[in-house]
Amino acid sequence: MKVIYNTLFKRTSTYAVAIIGATFFFERAIDVSSNVIFESINKGKLWKDIKGKYE
Amino acid sequence: MASKILRLGTKLLKTARSRLSPISQATPAKRNYLGSRQKLGTLGAVVGGAGLLMYALDASVEASGGEVHPPKQMWGHRGLLSALDKEGVRRGYQVYKEVCSSCHSLQYIAYRNLVGVCMTEAEAKAEAEQITVKDGPDEEGNFFDRPGKLSDHFPSPYANEDAARSANNGSYPPDLSYIVNARKGGEDYIFALLTGYCEPPAGMALRDGQYFNPYFPGGAISMGQVITNEVVSYADEEVAASASQIAKDVVTFLKWTSEPDGDERKLLLIKVVMISAFLTGISYYVKRFKWSVLKSRKIVYVPPGGGTANGKVKPPKDEC
Repeated sequence: MKVIYNTLFKRTSTYAVAIIGATFFFERAIDVSSNVIFESINKGKLWKDIKGKYE
Repeated sequence: MASKILRLGTKLLKTARSRLSPISQATPAKRNYLGSRQKLGTLGAVVGGAGLLMYALDASVEASGGEVHPPKQMWGHRGLLSALDKEGVRRGYQVYKEVCSSCHSLQYIAYRNLVGVCMTEAEAKAEAEQITVKDGPDEEGNFFDRPGKLSDHFPSPYANEDAARSANNGSYPPDLSYIVNARKGGEDYIFALLTGYCEPPAGMALRDGQYFNPYFPGGAISMGQVITNEVVSYADEEVAASASQIAKDVVTFLKWTSEPDGDERKLLLIKVVMISAFLTGISYYVKRFKWSVLKSRKIVYVPPGGGTANGKVKPPKDEC
């Protein structure tokens, strides 16, 4: 905790960089996980599940 | 004990002050506070009353028509996060093309909308090429016919509403693009309508060209029963082309035309909930952190002229 504070959170400029970087990874993680959740709930109903039959 | 004295003291102080000065100093603030509470109370009562009135009126309207309320079916896409069945949309498109498109238009859907939903691009192109489209003036100014492209919208069976009415006993087959959203009862209503034809009750007179459907407002509908067993033959052998299956598929297709973004909306719901939960947690922490300064301050009353027996008590210094 102390390490994170001293390296990232102490100065506002580094804090801002830390926030922007964390946002990027956070957004990607949410994207991937929500897609996984949606596709597991709706297995068989989506186009990607049935397009194998018609291509 | 001390608090009782405190209260007594403040009361005396107030009465003393009010007696001294005709303009009371404590009561304006008190009156404003009470005023806002009364206003808030009346506003809440008015809003609650209006809500109750709206609910009662809507309930009475529900009970007023003579049509049968459609039973709620367990659609596969009915859940909060449930997607539309694309196989059903594909079959429903076939049903629309073979059965419904002779009378109903679908003017807001283009062939390119089908790509990536229920068909590949090549299949949609093949579907589009089956129709002929009258295209704009060429260099010589002549109108010409050409086979359809992906960008073309679905063709209308009639040139305009008057042609439609004259061909259908004066009634207009509505455009089906948004029909699921445009009718009370949604998919349940359309499904019940298509499968619910029966004999009219005794004494009901139907004009020529009208049929009885208990789900239709008024009962007399100009569309006969079009969907019967095996009226469409499905390519997939495992799906039986019963009347209810055909109706289910065409309603699924019409649900897609009415809400093509339904799947994306439900996916975004998951994302929104996750991000909002995280942001709410962070906001709560920050709020509590910033307010901790105020919430942990001490307020002490020091009566004028000193405190304890051994001399004057110094009031505590402010932190800020």
